[in-house]
Amino acid sequence: MKKKKSSGIPLGVPTLTQKDFMSDQDVRWCPGCGDYSILAQTRRIMPELGIPQENIVFISGIGCSSRFPYYMNTYGFHTIHGRAPTIASGLKMANPDLSVWVITGDGDALSIGGNHFIHLLRRNFDINVLLFNNQIYGLTKGQYSPTSEQGKSTKSSPFGSLESPFNPISLALAAGATFVARSLDRDPEHLRSIIKFAFEHKGTSFIEIYQNCNIFNDGAFFQYTEKETKADNTVFLEHGEPLVFGKEDEKGIKLNNFQPEVTTETNDTDELIVHDQYAENTTLANFLARMSDMPEMPHPIGIFRSVQQNCYEDMMTDQIAFAKQQRGEGNLEELLNAGDTWVVE
Amino acid sequence: MRKQVEQIQAATVLFAGDSGDGSQTIGTQMTETSAIVGNDVATLPDYPAEIKAPAGSLAGVSGFQLHFSSETIHTPGDSCDVLVAMNPAALKVNIHKLKDNGILIVNSDNFARKNLRLAGYADNPLEDDTLTKYQVFPVELTTLTRRALEDTDLELSKRDLCKNFFALGMILWLYNRPMDYTIRWVKTKFSTKNPHLIEPNILALRAGNTYCEATEQFAISYEVKPAEFTPGKYRNIAGNTSTVLGLVAASHQSGLQLVYGSYPITPASDILHGLANYRNFGIVTMQMEDEIAAVGVAIGAAFSGSLGVTGSSGPGLALKSEAINLAMIAELPLVVCNIQRAGPSTGMPTKTEQADLLQMFYGRNGESPVPILAACRPTDCFDTVYEACRIAVKYRTPVIFLSELYIALGAEPWLIPNVEDLPKIEPNFQTDVDGFEPYLRDPDTLARPWAKPGTPGLEHRIGGLEKSDITGNVSYDAENHEKMVNIRAEKVKRIATEIPTTEIYGAQEGDLLVLGWGGTFGVIRTVVETKLEEGCAIGHVHLRYLNPFPSDLGEVLKRFKQVLIPELNTGHLRQLVRSEYLIDAIGVNKVQGQPFHVYELESKISKYL
Repeated sequence: MKKKKSSGIPLGVPTLTQKDFMSDQDVRWCPGCGDYSILAQTRRIMPELGIPQENIVFISGIGCSSRFPYYMNTYGFHTIHGRAPTIASGLKMANPDLSVWVITGDGDALSIGGNHFIHLLRRNFDINVLLFNNQIYGLTKGQYSPTSEQGKSTKSSPFGSLESPFNPISLALAAGATFVARSLDRDPEHLRSIIKFAFEHKGTSFIEIYQNCNIFNDGAFFQYTEKETKADNTVFLEHGEPLVFGKEDEKGIKLNNFQPEVTTETNDTDELIVHDQYAENTTLANFLARMSDMPEMPHPIGIFRSVQQNCYEDMMTDQIAFAKQQRGEGNLEELLNAGDTWVVE
Repeated sequence: MRKQVEQIQAATVLFAGDSGDGSQTIGTQMTETSAIVGNDVATLPDYPAEIKAPAGSLAGVSGFQLHFSSETIHTPGDSCDVLVAMNPAALKVNIHKLKDNGILIVNSDNFARKNLRLAGYADNPLEDDTLTKYQVFPVELTTLTRRALEDTDLELSKRDLCKNFFALGMILWLYNRPMDYTIRWVKTKFSTKNPHLIEPNILALRAGNTYCEATEQFAISYEVKPAEFTPGKYRNIAGNTSTVLGLVAASHQSGLQLVYGSYPITPASDILHGLANYRNFGIVTMQMEDEIAAVGVAIGAAFSGSLGVTGSSGPGLALKSEAINLAMIAELPLVVCNIQRAGPSTGMPTKTEQADLLQMFYGRNGESPVPILAACRPTDCFDTVYEACRIAVKYRTPVIFLSELYIALGAEPWLIPNVEDLPKIEPNFQTDVDGFEPYLRDPDTLARPWAKPGTPGLEHRIGGLEKSDITGNVSYDAENHEKMVNIRAEKVKRIATEIPTTEIYGAQEGDLLVLGWGGTFGVIRTVVETKLEEGCAIGHVHLRYLNPFPSDLGEVLKRFKQVLIPELNTGHLRQLVRSEYLIDAIGVNKVQGQPFHVYELESKISKYL
């Protein structure tokens, strides 16, 4: 795994613990909500990132997940619905030394904020986006979301929803995201490792987290998260490794006429698809992303794509430095007196 | 034979043609030269929304009106002394603006049947008696320009594009103006990308000038002596440029990096274009995916401790309103520029209006007090937007800066300010950890601390949910909510304690007070000056601060028997003044996408004197 640190973030603050990241506010999610685990893993991994609290900022929009910043003892901004990426972009641009985290949900990022979400990804600010996908609107008490399955019966769709869902991974890849991953609220260790990789990636890092809403959409992801079914319904992506899954890794995924197919002949690894998360070309990542639309295929979990591209804030900083070098540091007196002037005695 | 030169006090020239004919370019050049030779100038560009409407059509007519004078002037003039019409459509659209016996110069090459039909003329107006009350000068502008460029390498189709400079050469001759400034401009303009266009344009300019000198058609030229100005160094400046410089100055003087988020929109885009040039001042411009993102990045920048600014026009402001409210409750400095245009909805994007005032006051959910300042003329954009930045930073609040198309695109001479005379803007960031609370306020201004991320020990969370007093934690407490609503209102009200008291021009009390705001300044001042000369007890107050109003405004209004409020809307300020001060103010209102004419306002005002 490539490890590149964000430039400018002061490192090497060794003494923090997860307790340092707990704010004085009571956490107010429903008991049993998947958000608790994501909060706990984030707090646990923060000390390992080696950045002081004051250089970390959590920005959220609106929704259950967006209460998150209140619970972190860092800087935080609970903004307005769908707009967290814009505020995070301005913040990161104005101070590239900060470690900026966007906390969002499926409604916040993909419905009301869909436009900002895709543009954030293509600009590639060095920002980390954690999308809590519970496939439902929780805070407004149970309407279908842009990731809900078609036909879903909810308060606002008593006869079933008519809309086909977004695949957040495909959407992110199509928008040119440089780091795209998926993790699970109920797999703490994996989630922590993915959060850490996201932090280490220089550029916009996008993590879709399958998150259980035990009130309005309980069990939506249980086939991918629970012990009995997880192994057969998920495939964990490891760079350079063949795609194998099942309790004994007894199943593999191969290509048949450009279609994925499950095979039990896992010894012949030449036949199996080998994961390459660093591929510049998005063909494999797109292919893996679309696998989760196929009921007979396991859902990929892990890092789909991780490539290096220039970050907006660095390019802007370079432009400013270049302009100063070419024209000299801005002189207000000269600027006001520029152009054709005349003197009245 | 030496031709006769007549001294005149002032003149108004209107250049009109197809939107591709370059009327805006030569109008701007004539303005620059007139300003440099010492006249006072005022301009009114009037152009269509279409980049290029069908050639020769009435919809495609683009005009640029310039008023220059040896006296102080405030408006681009009601009617014109000279109309340059490049085709029949330009003639048809503008002929009513030409004074009787005014000079009409037409490109007679363009008066063939097709163009006449496009303009809706059954017969050629140059050949019948429709234009007898004017001095008509038909000039074969296209033919003469082609002839002047015969020896150049420029291809034929491109030669015709130089005919606007032929026309400019004529007007420069007509008013005894030097060609030097225009020649210098042409050289600079085309030097890098199109050096082959330098010579042809200069040749066309000189040919137009020589043509007037040589032909017997033009017997008289005119001279407008320099106006009297306050001593100092001047430049000619348009409102949007003045806004750009005001923002750069505020950033420079406060030591805060300027982050300008915007989405292109007429007539605010010039501010984005202007600021994008000043990377060497550390200025960040971000062209965002939409209006909401544009204000979002400015708010993010403000949270980080930068000077966050966004700019747009009315439709964009509608989209930004939720985010402005966020900045309001989060109590972050933010400057929002609204360069108004004619609404509602998309309205008339290239026409002027002042109909966003109530939107700025009330266009947000909940109790949302936001300071509002309006510039009154092109040069005033600099001072007003600078002041908006100062208030935003000092009071930790979004501030709305209002300009409008008429002054944003209009230009006039600007007495260049001394940098050291600019007011101080002090960010006063919180660094002290002891006793820090996110919503613990300055007892005088009620401003909360600006604690930027990266400052050790000041980690805190803010957001759009109601805040608990002092701590800023989320609160649904009934009493607290009311208290916070009142505090936020009081904070804005207190700005009135430090802004200048009302300045009355003319009579300090008496029969009639004309109260205005924004770009109506020039026309109101012109009429009030006339009425004062006639001995009327009339005063003029022009408001820069619309929220809060100056603390003495109510008392000032009561010194006059009547208060008249001219506005380019159906009575926004009138509603505000009536409800605030319970006085029966009278409105003079116009919503035609055009500024008031002096005669219009004068006839209205005369009724009350």
